[in-house]
Amino acid sequence: MIDFFTKTDLSRKDAENIISETLNDCDDGELYLENSKSESILLDDNKIKSLSYSSDLGYGLRAVTGEVIAYSHSNEISKKSLKQSANNLSSTLKSQKGIYNHEIPKTNEKLYKDINPIDEKSLQSKLELLKEVNNYTRAKGGIVQQVTASFAGEYKSIEIIRSGGEVLTDVRPLIRFNVSVMLEKNGKKETGVYGIGGRQSYDEYLKDDNWKNVCDEAFRIASVNLESKPAPAGEMKVVLGSGWPAILIHEAIGHGLEGDFNRKKTSAFHNLMGQRVASEGVTIIDDGTLHNRRGSLTIDDEGTPTEKTVLIENGILKNFMQDRLNARLMNTRSTGSGRRESYKHVVLPRMRNTMMLNGKYSQEEMIKSVDKGIFAVSFGGGQVDITSGKFVFNCTEAYEIINGKIGSPIKGATLIGDGPSILKEVSLVGNNMMLDPGIGTCGKAGQGVPVGVAQPSILIDKMTVGGTQL
Amino acid sequence: MVKDQEYLKKTASFCIDLAKKLGATDSSAAVMHSLSETVNFRNRKLDESDRSDSLAVSLTIYIGKKKSSISSSNLNEENIKTLIERCIETTKITPEDEFNSLPDKELLVDKIIDLNLYDDDHIENDEKIEYLKEVEEAALQKKEIINTETGFSESKSNFILANSDGFLNGYKSSSFSASCVAVAKDSNGKMERDYEFTSTCHLHDMLRPKQIGTIAAKKTLQKLNPKKIESEKISIIFDRRISKGILSVLASAISASSIARGTSFLKDKINEEIFSTSINIFDKPNIVKGLGSRYFDSEGVKTEELKLVDQGVLKHYLVDTYNGKKLNLKSNGRSGGTSNLFFERGSISYKELLKLNQRALYITETIGHGSNLVTGDYSVGATGFMIENGIFKYPVSEITIAGNFNDIFKNITLADDLEFKYSTNAPTILIEGMVVAGK
Repeated sequence: MIDFFTKTDLSRKDAENIISETLNDCDDGELYLENSKSESILLDDNKIKSLSYSSDLGYGLRAVTGEVIAYSHSNEISKKSLKQSANNLSSTLKSQKGIYNHEIPKTNEKLYKDINPIDEKSLQSKLELLKEVNNYTRAKGGIVQQVTASFAGEYKSIEIIRSGGEVLTDVRPLIRFNVSVMLEKNGKKETGVYGIGGRQSYDEYLKDDNWKNVCDEAFRIASVNLESKPAPAGEMKVVLGSGWPAILIHEAIGHGLEGDFNRKKTSAFHNLMGQRVASEGVTIIDDGTLHNRRGSLTIDDEGTPTEKTVLIENGILKNFMQDRLNARLMNTRSTGSGRRESYKHVVLPRMRNTMMLNGKYSQEEMIKSVDKGIFAVSFGGGQVDITSGKFVFNCTEAYEIINGKIGSPIKGATLIGDGPSILKEVSLVGNNMMLDPGIGTCGKAGQGVPVGVAQPSILIDKMTVGGTQL
Repeated sequence: MVKDQEYLKKTASFCIDLAKKLGATDSSAAVMHSLSETVNFRNRKLDESDRSDSLAVSLTIYIGKKKSSISSSNLNEENIKTLIERCIETTKITPEDEFNSLPDKELLVDKIIDLNLYDDDHIENDEKIEYLKEVEEAALQKKEIINTETGFSESKSNFILANSDGFLNGYKSSSFSASCVAVAKDSNGKMERDYEFTSTCHLHDMLRPKQIGTIAAKKTLQKLNPKKIESEKISIIFDRRISKGILSVLASAISASSIARGTSFLKDKINEEIFSTSINIFDKPNIVKGLGSRYFDSEGVKTEELKLVDQGVLKHYLVDTYNGKKLNLKSNGRSGGTSNLFFERGSISYKELLKLNQRALYITETIGHGSNLVTGDYSVGATGFMIENGIFKYPVSEITIAGNFNDIFKNITLADDLEFKYSTNAPTILIEGMVVAGK
């Protein structure tokens, strides 16, 4: 843990006084302090291309009354700066009065260790490992034109001080290992990307040479794409593979179930609570409590312990994801989903690890049932328009399905669908649920936060595939 | 108040001097400070106020041909010293790279002509609120509009760039922006959303609030009751919101880094015709009050106007020092990318462009990240309008458009309606031969 009140003229007592004075007549709010350290090492083109280390320190003071949020942040932790922030908040909320909610649940369970992954492994050994990664991947043959490999490590120590002096803290490690390979064969170039990560130390994560699997996967995806033919265009059946393709759930329905869009009634789901939004057999949860996972948090960024929130149970919409503000205004409780990218950002309700649970069918059964369609195994990113419900995601590995059999690989195509109706098109849910490898970052209102996804294979009866072959 | 040049210069020089004392053979440092205040309004009520005070330093240390970087928002001298010591130790064990170096001294900027990038005007939050009220009133004139979200943001920043070759220069800049997002509901309860915004260097150049609200509402209503269309090959028209994206793809594909790594579909295309011969593309850093204007690039290298594409022929890559040395090219001051990048305007009017084909699909929004810079393949989700004989017929949604940039570049026709609303700007564009996937 870091003590934020050394090396400053601001004592903890001063801070507590300013917080209490400022937040006294508000409904909610806190001082959020953050110290983060991050390291990124990039090997590219046979060389260590960049090596950077960053140390960030700052606070965000937030006051909330009614529907109004006043926020002020700075990297100068000092009496003068905090007072200026407090004045700024008070001037915004001058005509508003609230009753401070002191209640905040506590947790004793830690979901990851208090470690700084950057210093747990020496720089020398990280550089050597990247070199080994490069050599291993390039040894796969002359078609390997380019290899990019990177480590990103982060340590974030946060403290939340609420009015009345209540303090909540968390230390969050996060690592990421990524490999990208470009192949060239007969004048055709294709890339493959794969990565892994989580809230652990490098050595715990990269054991038993499992980094080789990452290189193998990146190479395999690029090799598949070298043989790919143009994708079809139009509506057809789509089988989604297990694991990372659950980004579909994240985009198609996850964002639409975040509390803020539903309180503001701008989500296509806002009036569907208790109604059928998915086929029977479809159950989706958002779980922040999985140990060491990228999307997990012991407490969220308002201090609420995370939980396993059931969003859709057997096709029926059960819950939205809430932070304290939206929960209060919608007369419910926070689900521990209040997150922010850093002290520079306001809290928003966000996803953690979003998962579709197992059904009873095998992937083979699904593929066998399709006359003409595609089998999508891996994706790049996705995006959604919350209001119209339209979402897309980009295939990075996909195959055609003809008469119940997997055919040729097809070029990266965008799939597009309609959030509120897509889950009603899910006709078979697989029995092979898998978590993603720990690579997701979700963007919302300019803020990126680490998230996870999981799902079994699923069969979607009708989706538009954005290829070029009519 | 945003911190002054003297304070930033002192901090930057402290870093450069200390790095040298601790064993750096070369170094460069950037110190930035920005202050911004934002007010958000929703449905005629205050929603959020946000004040941001952000200070940061970044430092790159060279020991011979070895290099590493640090950055921090904690400018406490003791903290900076610890970080520089750490950076020196890191640099020592980093492998050498023959292309690592500061920019050539003779390329560094020496004289600066004022481009009027800073406006000292300050607008109080209460005045921002008055502006936003007017925006919302204008949008809510339309009864189908059920939700409006508006925001007004003012930002002032100052920075200094320094290096151990004696470069020490920087400048202030300002930004004012306001936006309105409107949501409308149709008779079946289906919702659509659209927006309008203004973003300028100077307060008095902003659009009037009424214009923003009125346009946002109009654009949102136009989108109600969309249809999904059959898959077909059809001419596509990109609204100016979307057409500038083609230039962003070009900029990424001709960055010296993509070229040196061999991962661009435009590798080895220099001096070749990549667009049709009517196309000229400029990158002009010295536009007065320009949103992408700059006096030098992120390494301190002078930036001159470049005609990137001349009568369809690619004439320049975007070159920084490191990748330039690798490609045996001099930096052209594009470390950090393009400045004010734009297509020279076309020769026919917007109205004529709409009529060029009997049927065309007019795209106003794309979603997804469907540009593959290695292969040039393109596939994104889209919404827009069906146009017949130059007339907007009905809104279209839940479709994708796909093609390959090698073909797209050669099949574009530009309208003459170029305006400078962003840092990268393009007129309305017609593209022949893309495939739409729908039903």
